[in-house]
Amino acid sequence: MPRIPLLPPQASNFAQSFDELFYVLLLLSVFFAGLVFSLILFFALRYRRGSRYNRRMGHRGQLALEITWSVIPLVIGLTIFFYAARPYAMLYGNAPSDAMEVFVIGKQWMWHFQHPDGVRENNELHLPAGKAVKLTLISQDVIHSFYVPAFRVHRDVVPGRFTTVWFVPRIPGQYHLLCSQYCGTEHSRMTGTVTVMEPAAYQTWLASGGQREQVTRRSMVQAGEALFDRFACVSCHGFAPARAPSLVDLYGRAEMLESGRTVLADHDYVRTSILEPDKQVVKGYQPIMPSFKGQFTEEEVLELIAFIKSLHTGDGVAGPPTGATMPSVPASEAPRPTRTGTRP
Amino acid sequence: MAQPDERTNYLNWSHTVKSWLLTTDHKRIAILYMVSITVMFALGGLAAAVIRMALVVPQDTLIRHETYNKMFSMHGVIMVFLFLVPSIPAVLGNFLLPLMVGARDLAFPRLNLLSWYLYIIGGLCVVGAMLAGGVDTGWTFYTPYSSIYSNSHVTLTIVGVFIAGFSSIATGINFIVTTHKMRAPGLTWFRLPLFVWSLYATSIIFVLGTPVVAITLALVVAERVVHLGVFDPALGGDPILFQHLFWFYSHPAVYIMVLPSMGVVSELVPCFSRKRAFGYPFIAFSSLAIAVLGFLVWGHHMFVSGQAVWTGMVFSFLSFLIAVPSAIKVFNWTATMYKGRIWFTAPMLYALGFIGLFTVGGLTGLFLAALTVDVHVHDTYFVIAHFHYIMVGGAIMGYMGGIHFWWPKMTGRLYPEGWAKLAAGITFIGFNLTFFPQFLLGLQGMPRRYHWYPPEWQSLNVLSSAGASILAVGYAIPLTYLIWSLWYGAKAGKNPWGAVGLEWTTTSPPPTHNFPRTPVVTWEAYDYRDEEPPTEEEREPVSVPAGGER
Ligand code: HEM
Ligand SMILES: [Cu+2]
Repeated sequence: MPRIPLLPPQASNFAQSFDELFYVLLLLSVFFAGLVFSLILFFALRYRRGSRYNRRMGHRGQLALEITWSVIPLVIGLTIFFYAARPYAMLYGNAPSDAMEVFVIGKQWMWHFQHPDGVRENNELHLPAGKAVKLTLISQDVIHSFYVPAFRVHRDVVPGRFTTVWFVPRIPGQYHLLCSQYCGTEHSRMTGTVTVMEPAAYQTWLASGGQREQVTRRSMVQAGEALFDRFACVSCHGFAPARAPSLVDLYGRAEMLESGRTVLADHDYVRTSILEPDKQVVKGYQPIMPSFKGQFTEEEVLELIAFIKSLHTGDGVAGPPTGATMPSVPASEAPRPTRTGTRP
Repeated sequence: MAQPDERTNYLNWSHTVKSWLLTTDHKRIAILYMVSITVMFALGGLAAAVIRMALVVPQDTLIRHETYNKMFSMHGVIMVFLFLVPSIPAVLGNFLLPLMVGARDLAFPRLNLLSWYLYIIGGLCVVGAMLAGGVDTGWTFYTPYSSIYSNSHVTLTIVGVFIAGFSSIATGINFIVTTHKMRAPGLTWFRLPLFVWSLYATSIIFVLGTPVVAITLALVVAERVVHLGVFDPALGGDPILFQHLFWFYSHPAVYIMVLPSMGVVSELVPCFSRKRAFGYPFIAFSSLAIAVLGFLVWGHHMFVSGQAVWTGMVFSFLSFLIAVPSAIKVFNWTATMYKGRIWFTAPMLYALGFIGLFTVGGLTGLFLAALTVDVHVHDTYFVIAHFHYIMVGGAIMGYMGGIHFWWPKMTGRLYPEGWAKLAAGITFIGFNLTFFPQFLLGLQGMPRRYHWYPPEWQSLNVLSSAGASILAVGYAIPLTYLIWSLWYGAKAGKNPWGAVGLEWTTTSPPPTHNFPRTPVVTWEAYDYRDEEPPTEEEREPVSVPAGGER
């Protein structure tokens, strides 16, 4: 479909299906509005007071007519409903398995991005064209909303829970990134740029560390491991599995809780277990884990999650993770990531 | 000039301040509401003017971010809770419902007076919060911003909205009981004017919906003051819960704003087409259908919030259903004009303007109900344009049409028809100039509540601001000539439009007790005969047209 300048460029895989539906709706609306307006105009002129037109009075309504003009909008509406629901389910559904995952943290008033290999950026997001991207978003304070008009992608960023969205950026270029949920004083300044690059250019950019100060030498997994060591999580989750469940192979598993419920160990589960451990006690364990609320920023929680997610039995990690069995950067030597949040 | 047989009426039986402030006469209370609501409209309009002025330039040269945020919050809070919600029910409804059903007053006259005082106290709290420094949460009060983060006067504002809510509930109860219990002999449900049906549907929403928002806002205050953890995840709460509770009221509330307007239009179109309303029962039941379905679609405000995909689909489905009763009304109004004798008075122009703007607003509602399209335009200027077409285009066009239609009944005076038509035209043009560019801005991606914006959106913003100044003129002109008409307008007879309906059978302005004798109704609603409307001379009281005495 040729680009009509009513909408921004179709820079993602979703843009087209969105736009097609939009134009269908536009045509329908123009048709119905045109019909109603021309009838009103026609009646108003033809039957105006004093015009010598012979009026046959009397009918107050006709059932057949009423039914017709109720059923037609109903059928059209339901057709559009079905047509509109599919891309929506896709957008917020599961991302393709090879999607590259980027973490987004919204805070008053900036966008913070963490690429898995350690590149961090603020208010700028670089992506390779043609590759599926899965965003996992969380807010550190109030509700924000991640919005890139050229991608037709929109997702609220909620404190306390992760939301996700995925898309494939298609056309290299720079696009507006906006916050569309009112979030306080500088809401309208919470903007940035998404730069979509040719894959090769993207690789060069990555290799040069993104030319950003925020770049660290450590991947998210390494950063998470450093935290794991520093907060001595291993003292319970390490060699004495009786005190706390092992975290190896935890991510993605169905975990049985004391309450009898079973939950999927996903991002939200791990985050809650760290910040509010009393909420979800695993079956067979005592609620002895202290809450780490206020001790980790959302970035650090994400790093911990990345580290826990990386713990697989098959990956050459034989036993429970300890600082001794796994290669790690000593926390004291590693450069600290730049922080914008506060911590005690 | 005074009529020889003019008796005292509700306006002139006493002139003391006390007789106004302690009145239990529904007509006087309506006038009290009209004056206070007009003041609120002016305040809300002032804030709108500041917003549109600031948006002429993409940077923040004119006002600072804090000020801008407080302006749009003041605009929203005042316009929604203190103007749109009470406007037609409290002014026209209060005045007309007893007259239309042939009663002496509402069922609970003192409750009615109390509702005005609650409105005033609530209004004073809100205005007080503005004067104390303002509130910056927007009228939606989304948590946890409103409950924890905002440093503005959220608590006082919410207290104001809370108190004003009780005024709505009182009005709703009064209307429901009056409609059930106080209809004149012979006035069956299906002889009721359609305006009464729409007030009845609105009252259901008042009574069932308002308590929910009141409790929700009370919880926000509890979270602010004693850190009750309901909405802030840092306190163990759920921020999305607020949105569910809030929209459970506030979506039906948008129908509070437009249903009464639809009722007014259902009076105006038959009267000025000199024809029966086409499909009377369908118009009546579509009001009830909108009131009921309105409670089931709140989730369409949360399509991108992270709610489950299936939940989004259910709400989208239900949102499409609610489009049907709205469409039924538009088609029936159009059909009413078929083979009528259409008389272009100012109220009729407003009614036609309503149909036009409501159609555009309703059709763009389909875009928002269609999940994928909403994902793009959610929380952008497209939404702003959509609900302004419905609420400003719809609700205010209906309100203005109703005020003009019943002005002679309320005041006993005619207004200058030429000026009124001019104002209706200017309003329509100004309105479209203001809000149509906002659809385009939304499609381009401009989010709502933005003070600073990328420069490529400037020209559309300038166009919108220019339109707003024309719109302002469109509202200022009626204010001027309506006040003028109180002293200099020609005296109106009982029934200057030759309309049917009980309110036109009593004198203008009506006597304190509305009717000398309880009327008995023997005719169907909208019993217009095929006849020319009254001529210019006939509209003045010297010779009341025979048709008006029916
Ligand atoms: C009958 C009169 C109507 C009124 C008074 C009305 C009013 C409103 C208001 C005030 C909002 C904005 C709320 C906000 O975000 O601050 C809104 C949004 C919305 N309306 Fe309507 N509306 C009406 C009709 C419709 C119809 C017929 C539909 C669907 C067919 C519809 C669908 C929507 C949707 C889906 C949204 C949410 C959009 C979003 O937030 O992105 N509306 N409406
Ligand atoms: Cu934000």
